Amino acid sequence: MTATHHVLVVGHGPAAHRLVERLRAHGHRGPVTVLGAEPRPAYNRVLLTSVLDGSLTAGDLELPAPPDGVRVRPGVTATAVDRARRLVRTDTGETLRYDRLVLATGARPRIPRLPGVLTADGRLTEGATTLRTPDDAERLADGRVVVLGGGVLGIESTLALLRAGRDVTLVHPGPHPLHDRLDGTAGALLAGRLRSVGALLRTGRAAVEYRPGKLVLDDGEVLRADALALCTGVEPETALARRAGLAVRTGIVVDRRLRTADPRIHALGDCAEFGGEVPGLVGTAWEQAESLARILAGHDTHHRAGRPVLRLRAPGLDLACLGPPDPSGATRHITLSDPARGRHAALALDGDRVAGAVLIGLPRATAALAQLYARDLPVPSDRFALLLGTAAGAHRARVELPDAAVLCHCNHVTKADLLRAWRAGARDLTGIAAATRATTGCGGCAGDVRLVLASATGTSATGTSATGTSATGGNSA
Amino acid sequence: MPDNAPRTSVATHCPYCALQCGTRLGHGASGTVVEPSDFPVNDGSLCQKGWTAPAVLDVPDRLRRPLLRGPDGRLAPVGWDTALDTVAARLRRIRDEHGPDALAVFGGGGLTNEKAYLLGKFARLALGTSQIDYNGRFCMSSAAAAGNAAFGLDRGLPFPVADLDTADTVLLAGANPAETMPPLMRHLRSADLIVVDPRRTKTAERAALHLQPVPGTDLALALGLLHIAVSDGWCDKEYVQERTTGFDAAWRRAVTWWPERVEQVTGVPVAEQRAAVELLGEARRAYVLTGRGAEQHSKGADTAAAFINLALALGLPGVAGSGYGCLTGQGNGQGGREHGQKADQLPGYRMITDPEARAHVARVWGTTPDALPGPGRSAYELLDALGTEGGPRALLVFGSNPLVSAPHSAHVADRLAALDLLVVADFVPSETARTADVVLPVAQWAEEEGTLTNLEGRVLRRRRLLPPPEGVRTDLEVLHGLAVRLGEPAHRYPTAPRQVFDELRRASRGGTADYSGVTYERLDAGEALHWPCPERPGGQPHPGTPRLFLDGFATPDGRARFAEVDHRDPAETPDAEHPLYATTGRVLAHYQSGAQTRRVPELNDAAPEPYVEIHPDTAERAGLREGGTARVTSARGTTVARVRLVGSMRTDTVFLPFHHPGAGRANLITGTALDPRSKMPEFKVCAVRIEPGTDAP
Repeated sequence: MTATHHVLVVGHGPAAHRLVERLRAHGHRGPVTVLGAEPRPAYNRVLLTSVLDGSLTAGDLELPAPPDGVRVRPGVTATAVDRARRLVRTDTGETLRYDRLVLATGARPRIPRLPGVLTADGRLTEGATTLRTPDDAERLADGRVVVLGGGVLGIESTLALLRAGRDVTLVHPGPHPLHDRLDGTAGALLAGRLRSVGALLRTGRAAVEYRPGKLVLDDGEVLRADALALCTGVEPETALARRAGLAVRTGIVVDRRLRTADPRIHALGDCAEFGGEVPGLVGTAWEQAESLARILAGHDTHHRAGRPVLRLRAPGLDLACLGPPDPSGATRHITLSDPARGRHAALALDGDRVAGAVLIGLPRATAALAQLYARDLPVPSDRFALLLGTAAGAHRARVELPDAAVLCHCNHVTKADLLRAWRAGARDLTGIAAATRATTGCGGCAGDVRLVLASATGTSATGTSATGTSATGGNSA
Repeated sequence: MPDNAPRTSVATHCPYCALQCGTRLGHGASGTVVEPSDFPVNDGSLCQKGWTAPAVLDVPDRLRRPLLRGPDGRLAPVGWDTALDTVAARLRRIRDEHGPDALAVFGGGGLTNEKAYLLGKFARLALGTSQIDYNGRFCMSSAAAAGNAAFGLDRGLPFPVADLDTADTVLLAGANPAETMPPLMRHLRSADLIVVDPRRTKTAERAALHLQPVPGTDLALALGLLHIAVSDGWCDKEYVQERTTGFDAAWRRAVTWWPERVEQVTGVPVAEQRAAVELLGEARRAYVLTGRGAEQHSKGADTAAAFINLALALGLPGVAGSGYGCLTGQGNGQGGREHGQKADQLPGYRMITDPEARAHVARVWGTTPDALPGPGRSAYELLDALGTEGGPRALLVFGSNPLVSAPHSAHVADRLAALDLLVVADFVPSETARTADVVLPVAQWAEEEGTLTNLEGRVLRRRRLLPPPEGVRTDLEVLHGLAVRLGEPAHRYPTAPRQVFDELRRASRGGTADYSGVTYERLDAGEALHWPCPERPGGQPHPGTPRLFLDGFATPDGRARFAEVDHRDPAETPDAEHPLYATTGRVLAHYQSGAQTRRVPELNDAAPEPYVEIHPDTAERAGLREGGTARVTSARGTTVARVRLVGSMRTDTVFLPFHHPGAGRANLITGTALDPRSKMPEFKVCAVRIEPGTDAP
């Protein structure tokens, strides 16, 4: 394998975009061609909900232009692969030759088997739309929205539409949104949170029929649905690979060099099945892009899957799921539940490693545990502090300080030094400063020094607090 | 009064950091005494280093005679003529055999403007070498590269320090002024502080918000803050439209750094990222300041640029009462980078590759542009090349102790040992001086006149209280003596600082850092002069420029430039063999390599030995206990330090101060990956393992 082969990439989503950028960075010097089915430059699909809530425009999602020498063909779809002759045919009638072919065809929204959602010619009925592209967001009709499906996309879209001032009903067949990942307590908290920001929830219900403007549920309820947003999952886009005779299970099957059974054809991202998984997370796709870029640039390496973290993208709502719902090998379970304050954590440990966790309403713990899990690092011994997010920066109670405690760090003055100065007659900050230099640096210890003076003089230390002496924070503990 | 007349007291400045606190020096019963003055930067305050600075003047092992390494391998006292004759003769011989680039100079960010200027001139003319750089490369070079690119000009703070007094919010990225420049904290009392630091430092304890990222991920955090500023509606679109260019390209990088992804990479909770941007966005007056923590990385220039991007998106730079700045570290870290001891620069912050700059400086120096060498190696590249094929064979060191302060210090020691000639000018026998072939004893702060330029670009007078001890010469006298012995005309190397400064003024005229309107007379009359301060023949003197950019940036079109930057991992990340991050930094009691402060008993008592801060759980797993000895090992070497258990440390990170010599040098473990633009080494992150040691540190 040399680094000068022609690499042809089918698809121009985030995985393909990252791949071609990293190909150059890793030393690939050959021509690169990218076929993008959508008529626009590559964009960051993750932020689609920011378009829904109006904080960004579709144009804002655009990713950097590809490196020099990369030829991008937007609006061109690959229709067939001739593996014997290493050719790809397109819907524009062209034939492109490749040395290495990369299938980055992504995934497409799954359309539920719901009477009325498709027209006779197989198109979505007016008012119904999937939410995968900026065009979808644009297509969403005005008025009351029904979001069908309470998975990650459904929840994020519901919240985004509420932020945009829309009326939203979320319909989900499970007992609570994200029910395949969240336990009952977390699920109830999430549902409560959705309701508290104005969502109407219909859980444990299935949609049975869609008519423009209306969605009928299995208990007979008819919801007003000026717009119907289908958030009912995605399916890997594998048709091209199937037609080319490549192995497909859920996704296009690839080995540890992200290679299909044809050594000249690779696949990555949402269309690829690696180690039996199609994770569908952009982070995973980018990790694969990094590995594949090295491989195609001629490095002797293989892909190792990271540990994916499911993290809801919704301002003010911290929710993460680490690992599988019931991790095997968990030797200890720690649950911290504080539903009244919207907080709940269920942590499964294997020894001192995180086997799995569900976290809601715990922003610091979410950040810390997601890293510990992704990097397979041991959790700190104080698990409650970890979960409560007080491990760092805990304001320790003010206790009787030992004489050796340094109170003025700028001038390294200890409590004993201050007391010595007091005994020698220093009774105020000026006197103390002259005798010890305490308070003459940053000045931040003035409050602590006053407290020591006050306690030495026997007057109430609380009398000085009105002068703002508590502003020094916990540096005395 | 002549500069050399005896005085009972003088107004001068502290010899240490870039704040350059104002002091009054006088004679007390037990020697020289210092009092803080009401200079606006320190407003009557001093830290312990400043209070005890006079102790350095007469430390017991003060160098008082030149030393020459004899055939027995020992350094022995000799007269000045012998020392200078020997140095000059060896320099000539090496130059004759190997060419002028076989001679190299390593300067320092603590040298006065006059010394830095004359050192650069000496290197280029008397030695004829391109091989000159200085320890400031290890200090603020990343912020300088980013500032020059964004604003067309690099001045640490483009506003006076006292402007910070009225700030509502100040973001400090990788800066710990509560321990590195304590009097600065007086200017941050009313502001809500956002501190970005992997450690819970004394500064972080004072913060309204402490963001504690994984070492080496500040760039991702800065991109994420920009992302939030834009997506949450804090971006000042009118400012971006009217005063900047390049937003779109910068945004297309930040668009992939949404808060939840930043959280995964940095460990900083999404809610805290948002809170930080809100604090900045809601403030009427806000500042973004960076320090070495963000800058001393192989991507330090891009990291500083990313924080500048954030400041630009919020509409802060070039607006009265708001802005971006870099907290310069060394005493003359600002002036030291402007007057020609940097490998790629000539006086006045001119680029050595610019034909106009070469012509101007050649004219002032009385030579032709062709006689000036081109750009040389950057600091670490220079040290790395010493004694190698094609590298320098002689090195003159002024005001620096690279054996302790440079990264991968065991390797630096090998390179220094491979030289044919090492000459060190210093006032104490630093670790580097002890390995030299010739040691030249020079005067220090209270014994000399000169100017320094502090972190706010203000030119300050250093004044002489005492004569240097007998047998000690000034650096200017040393350069003069060597230059003459190398065949240079004597008048080219004045020994009077005032005369050197007048030449520096001419050399800087028309440059970015224009000092031509600054005179000793104006400074002595108490004028506060911030550069640029051009001379105005005949008219009213230029008042200096305390606040830059208010009417436009120093770019050709007057607009600031967003930088298209993206995050990447540090050169080293933890693996099975080296599972932890190590980061390095300073403690309050010590300054740089500690050559001065370790000799002051009060300071040494406060911080007597190297230590390593470790989270208690991490220590327990490694079998380490409080007060025990740890061996901290990276791919490059092992350092030994006393264990301190610190509950607020990240469990994946240890911290070591870098002020100690020998086996406790933190730089035995640091890496040599360089920033491609600034050539800053990656001091702030490397991968290590920890284990119990047997010897005391």
